[in-house]
Amino acid sequence: MTAVRCVDLCKTYRQGEEDIKALDHLSIEIVEGGFVCLSAPSGGGKTTLLNAIGGLDKPDSGEVYIAGRRIDNLSKGELAELRLRKIGFVFQAFNLIPVLTARENVEFVMQVQGVPAAERGQKALDILEEVGLEGLEDRRPADMSGGQQQRVAVARAIVSRPALVLADEPTANLDSKTADGLMELFRELNDHHNTTFVIATHDKRVMSYAKRLIRMLDGRIVEDIAQDAA
Amino acid sequence: MHMLAILTRLAWRNLWRNHRRTLIMLLAITLGTWAMIFMTALMRGMVSQMVSDGISALPGHVQAHHPDYRDDPSIANLIGVSDTELYERFSTAGFRQWATRVRVPAVITSEYDSRGVTLIGVDPEREDGMTFVDYDAVEGRFLESSDDKGVVIGRKLATTLNTELGKRIVLMSQDPDNEIADRGFRVVGLFTANVMSFEEQYVFAGKTTTQDMLHIDDQVSELVVLGDNYRDVEALYNKTLELIDDGAEVKRWTEIDRFLGTMLGVMDGFVLVWIIVIFLALSFGLVNTLVMAVFERVREIGLMLALGMRPMNILGQIILESLLLLAIGLALGSALAWATVEPIKEGVDISYVGEGMDMWGMSSTLVPELLLSDVVLANVVVLILGFFASLSPAWRAANYEPIEAITKV
Repeated sequence: MTAVRCVDLCKTYRQGEEDIKALDHLSIEIVEGGFVCLSAPSGGGKTTLLNAIGGLDKPDSGEVYIAGRRIDNLSKGELAELRLRKIGFVFQAFNLIPVLTARENVEFVMQVQGVPAAERGQKALDILEEVGLEGLEDRRPADMSGGQQQRVAVARAIVSRPALVLADEPTANLDSKTADGLMELFRELNDHHNTTFVIATHDKRVMSYAKRLIRMLDGRIVEDIAQDAA
Repeated sequence: MHMLAILTRLAWRNLWRNHRRTLIMLLAITLGTWAMIFMTALMRGMVSQMVSDGISALPGHVQAHHPDYRDDPSIANLIGVSDTELYERFSTAGFRQWATRVRVPAVITSEYDSRGVTLIGVDPEREDGMTFVDYDAVEGRFLESSDDKGVVIGRKLATTLNTELGKRIVLMSQDPDNEIADRGFRVVGLFTANVMSFEEQYVFAGKTTTQDMLHIDDQVSELVVLGDNYRDVEALYNKTLELIDDGAEVKRWTEIDRFLGTMLGVMDGFVLVWIIVIFLALSFGLVNTLVMAVFERVREIGLMLALGMRPMNILGQIILESLLLLAIGLALGSALAWATVEPIKEGVDISYVGEGMDMWGMSSTLVPELLLSDVVLANVVVLILGFFASLSPAWRAANYEPIEAITKV
């Protein structure tokens, strides 16, 4: 079953006098349970592709399907509902809501989903322990390091077991040990819960965990290889 | 409910993120609310005082006269029903208080001077509490019965006439045959009044004594009925109309003193205008605060939208933030208004401007009137208008494109 299908996506940004092709007639299909890494130099289009798959950005042309449902023509409200129920996000920066504690940040998506307080509280504590943040549940983002904040964001993205996780440089602020721990967690979710992961990264170590590695350049796929994961 | 819980938590914490800005805005709302309620209480008190002074200046809530009396309040225009007959009809009607009077223009003369006055022949037992005169505060005594042979005049009139307690004066008017009717009276009491001009205008004598002097037997010129609430006199008016029946004209107090009646209506409208004007001044600060709050949180709003929060929830969060701010300010402002009205609820002496205000029928003591309905009106109007003022910044926040907002530097 296909988790993500993009057909002939185009997206052009204007930068000063110059048009930048972030996506250039790009088509891709990712199966359910896939663990895909997108690799590209800066400006290669990997973040734009993630945003299009996540319904955060509309392509200029082309079609995007999530679990067989076309999403590029949905309304804002419908896209919000899709993101809430089906997709977990880890952004490159500014991942947390500053006025909420680590635990409340993790609970946020579940609370919007309407998960009962006791259930989401326990889930949040469990996942924070899993990402190595036990004892830091009541800290606010300002009182945590960049790496700790990133782990809270990861915890929030996976706590409600979404079918698809989109992560943009999830290990950028993490030390190698924590980064490995995080990738192990992603792989475990992928193996045991069949969660599909699409990760944009520069980090070779992260790429080594991928079952499929897609290299992009100037908005196009230049290499798409299946690999034995670490 | 779960959404409301998280929106409230976010709104509350965001409110205190920039606590200095929030406190300044809170101070402005508190002072604005205080000004709305406190000034309204003073104005209400002023108008209420004017009305009650006006009503206690003899009209009561409903009056009956000869149809021509109001144009020509002379002895020629007496009520066509005898005082005895009126007593029979009205004494069993269940009115809170009622009285009949002889009320005619007259001239009062002392050995030094004379003045034109309004002579009121009253039955003191029936009048107690219906006139502006506090019997217990009268220097000397008030009249003791309807056939009391003394006269009670205002302190200022006594000064003008250069007379005093125990001295004799002469009251002169006309009888129904256009003959001079006069009589000597001893001054038995000097009254004071909140409205200075009353002390010069009114002279009280016994009703029977006045009827004898004017040769009008058992006739009166005025019937006055007092109810419980000056704002609602319709039942009183209809009952009086039904009882008086023949020939007398019945009027509500608002018709007798049109200035006061109009003031009462204008006051209700003025309170609303006053509240709105103060809110408009506040709204600039409120909208500015919200716009700044939204501007500072663009990325976090983008993040919430990206995580699946609906634009309507973002709208709700900003509006909730505004309403929380307003609610706290309103509560503090209302409490402050109460706290400042409470110590002066017995009245504030404004006698230094009393002379000037006297011409408007206002007394020299201003008693603020803090009505629950005014407090509720101020709070509700501010919350409703605050809601509309918040819509623009909230709408702006709700319509951010998540990816543009989240990458905003």
